Amino acid sequence: MKIAVIVPAYNEEKSIAAVVEDILHVAHSRNLLVTVVVVNDCSKDATSEIISKLNCVALDLPINLGIGGAVQTGFKFAFENGFDLAIQVDGDGQHPASEIPKLISAAEAQDIDVVIGSRFISKIGFQSSAVRRIGINYFKWLNRFMVGVKIFDSTSGFRLINNKALAIVSEYYPDEYPEPESIILYSLKHLKIGEVPVNMKERQGGVSSIGRLSSIYYMFKVSLAIIYTFIRIKFKK
Amino acid sequence: MARIQIIAIAISVLFLLYIVRLIVKGKLREEYSIVWIVCTIVLVLFSLWRRGLDVVSTLLGVYSPPNLIFTAAIFAIFIYLLHLSVVVSKLQSQNKQLAQEIALMKEKMVQ
Repeated sequence: MKIAVIVPAYNEEKSIAAVVEDILHVAHSRNLLVTVVVVNDCSKDATSEIISKLNCVALDLPINLGIGGAVQTGFKFAFENGFDLAIQVDGDGQHPASEIPKLISAAEAQDIDVVIGSRFISKIGFQSSAVRRIGINYFKWLNRFMVGVKIFDSTSGFRLINNKALAIVSEYYPDEYPEPESIILYSLKHLKIGEVPVNMKERQGGVSSIGRLSSIYYMFKVSLAIIYTFIRIKFKK
Repeated sequence: MARIQIIAIAISVLFLLYIVRLIVKGKLREEYSIVWIVCTIVLVLFSLWRRGLDVVSTLLGVYSPPNLIFTAAIFAIFIYLLHLSVVVSKLQSQNKQLAQEIALMKEKMVQ
């Protein structure tokens, strides 16, 4: 089984090398056939030079596309090159590589198309800030209301998708704040979504893609995007 | 012919010439120029036909002719702005696709 681990990176010169090496180390010790794909979203620091020296596929975007566009570049690479699974891991060290095998075994054992690594099922490790948790609860409610799936951690960027889902997201993937919106997309396309408890760390370097002031915009934008996605797919048939 | 009429016609014609010049020089695409040409022709028309505004206003039941101008102009501007937003959205999505293609192709070339 060919596995692509996609790491979107924007100004992650401090942490990216350790993240990639961790993943390769875990893959080696578990005998997994893993290709690390780092997508450099036009970083202003030395990320590009660092990743070109690492044992990974380095995708260098010529302009800054934001998290969604960067991750989608990795998905397109995985889809075009016939990977069976793609796992998204943040470049800032929040998602420990040691948790990757959990996602893979969940996908294999339960025949799930999309596996989300969740902080909140077993409530271990870094639990995120209070404000962010309010937002996450809101999305949990919205997801359940719109498509009837219960996802505890819909803003988690630590997730695995199989080639069925890869075909969908290489066609369309949201640009900004793609995590909650893509869950709606997956479930409307009748993919099976599962969640496994993982342990997350506080970020090692870099800043969140969501600033404090923009969190209201985030909630509003994502709600709108979720409703639009819902309408687009439901009424297109 | 009143003085204001001559000024209005002159300005409208100059505007029309400027649009044509932009198209000829390749700075304005034909599809975006249509709306401007139509607007200018309407301006020239109403500059020549002085009673036109009153006639149209009475026809539509607008009591004060200037109100018709403002309503029509603001409506047209809104529609055109929306059109431009659509154009920008399309450009942005094409731009994203291009950037992704470039990143994938660069990676292929390195190998």
